[in-house]
Amino acid sequence: MCGIVGLLVKNQKMRDSIGELMLPMLIGMTERGPDSAGLAMFGAPVAADSRKFSLYSGVADFNWTKLGHDFEQHLSVKAKIEPKANHAVLTTTLEPATVKVWLKEHYPLLHLLSVGQLMDIYKDVGTPAQVADRYDFKNFKGTHLVGHTRMATESAVTPAHAHPFTAGEDWCLVHNGSLSNANSLRRKLQKEGIEFETDNDTEAACRFLQWRMREGDDLETALNHGFEELDGFYTLLMGTRNQLALVRDPFGCKPAIIAEHDDYVAIASEFRSLAHLPDIKNAKVFEPSPKEMYVWKL
Amino acid sequence: METLKFDLDVKPLREINQLLHGDAAGLNGKAIVIENPNGAHNIAVGLKSEVDVTIKGHAGYYAAGMNQIAKVTIEGSAGSGVAENMMSGHVHVKGFASNAAGATANGGLLVIDGDAGLRCAIALKGADVVVGGSVGSFSAFMAQAGNFVILGDAGEGLGDSIYEAKIFVRGKVKSLGADCEEKTTSAEDRKILADLLVKSGHADVNPDSFQQYGSARTLYHFHVDNAGAY
Repeated sequence: MCGIVGLLVKNQKMRDSIGELMLPMLIGMTERGPDSAGLAMFGAPVAADSRKFSLYSGVADFNWTKLGHDFEQHLSVKAKIEPKANHAVLTTTLEPATVKVWLKEHYPLLHLLSVGQLMDIYKDVGTPAQVADRYDFKNFKGTHLVGHTRMATESAVTPAHAHPFTAGEDWCLVHNGSLSNANSLRRKLQKEGIEFETDNDTEAACRFLQWRMREGDDLETALNHGFEELDGFYTLLMGTRNQLALVRDPFGCKPAIIAEHDDYVAIASEFRSLAHLPDIKNAKVFEPSPKEMYVWKL
Repeated sequence: METLKFDLDVKPLREINQLLHGDAAGLNGKAIVIENPNGAHNIAVGLKSEVDVTIKGHAGYYAAGMNQIAKVTIEGSAGSGVAENMMSGHVHVKGFASNAAGATANGGLLVIDGDAGLRCAIALKGADVVVGGSVGSFSAFMAQAGNFVILGDAGEGLGDSIYEAKIFVRGKVKSLGADCEEKTTSAEDRKILADLLVKSGHADVNPDSFQQYGSARTLYHFHVDNAGAY
């Protein structure tokens, strides 16, 4: 199984409470995905010359302050480190390539979850309620988000295998379903120089889209290539700087339901996760058609 | 009619379903209203008495599954497998229905006012299904008996490997499945269609505006040309 949720808040006043609006959505998908959960949150951008790096440590009492200090010392640059339990957001003006090399050299066990100007990623094992509590999802502020609750079927239950996955800056994807040609896709993409972090099938889909976009496809063209090459069942929900996008496989094997309201657009695997949104009675609730692309812009 | 109201925000669904599975004589003729369904799964499954259930909102998966005799009205939409394997009775979805609505239903009438998802009436075994909107791909796959009326359009592969179920479509069919073909509507079939339109609240719709589909029966028997494969 697995559950997906997405929320894009159009009403400016409601953006400060996006975390609170989202929380029942994520918890509503617990039965579909009780073993891990994740969230990509798009908030206010950092300064134009800076980027945020979402980091995850497998160690509970990781010394983030030391990492921040080492980073500034070694690279002679200002950096901001904002820890939140196992996760931290590092903000710096250095290029991603430099940061990645430094992290690999000095902190090889850390996971770099995402890079961007607006997006933070949190993902961990545990029930959606436990993960949300651990990282204080309830108090998140922002414009849009993509969330996931996982019931693992094809690879291990670890934070790295949890969703969302990223494929480029301020770009993320969550997946409900399973791909049968993930291994052959991975081999094909590795030949193209695409690097993988896990053996997860969703990562293969994510890297496929990353590769297509690297080759010049826009999101829609990349997804059309995806319909041809991804073999299996999927509902994919993607988040970018200013939009959410959704597709279902041609056989409609995995569910999705959408609520469009003047104040927000909400997406979930099932209506259970939308039932408690404000004024949902007046939202346009519908099921997206298979093999069609749905995009909502801020 | 005596009406019992339940609020799913307060009362666990299992308790309501257990009450609905209780003594049929005590339930006959009663009206049950279920408020705040909020997409819960398995609402009013396995009913077997002459009870009238109204679900005041959106239902989750398998609502009114395995229904017998009872009348179930869903005022919102229904998740996957609404009225699946229904034996008799009447299920009415006022919104849209997700995938596999009325799957394997043996008897009774399923009415969906909005659209239905993929695989609607898959393996239909004798029930009547009327969809006010359009249906998704692979609907009526291997449908064996019963009548399937679609006021809107049908997706790909309609009636693939169909047996003796009858399909009536008013709109466009994207493609027919293997062994499904257009049929000429007989006077007898026209009456079946006209009756179903009346029963499902579409008395104003002209039965002559539908195209009938059914089995070409070429998959019924072993074809001797294939003997060489063994």
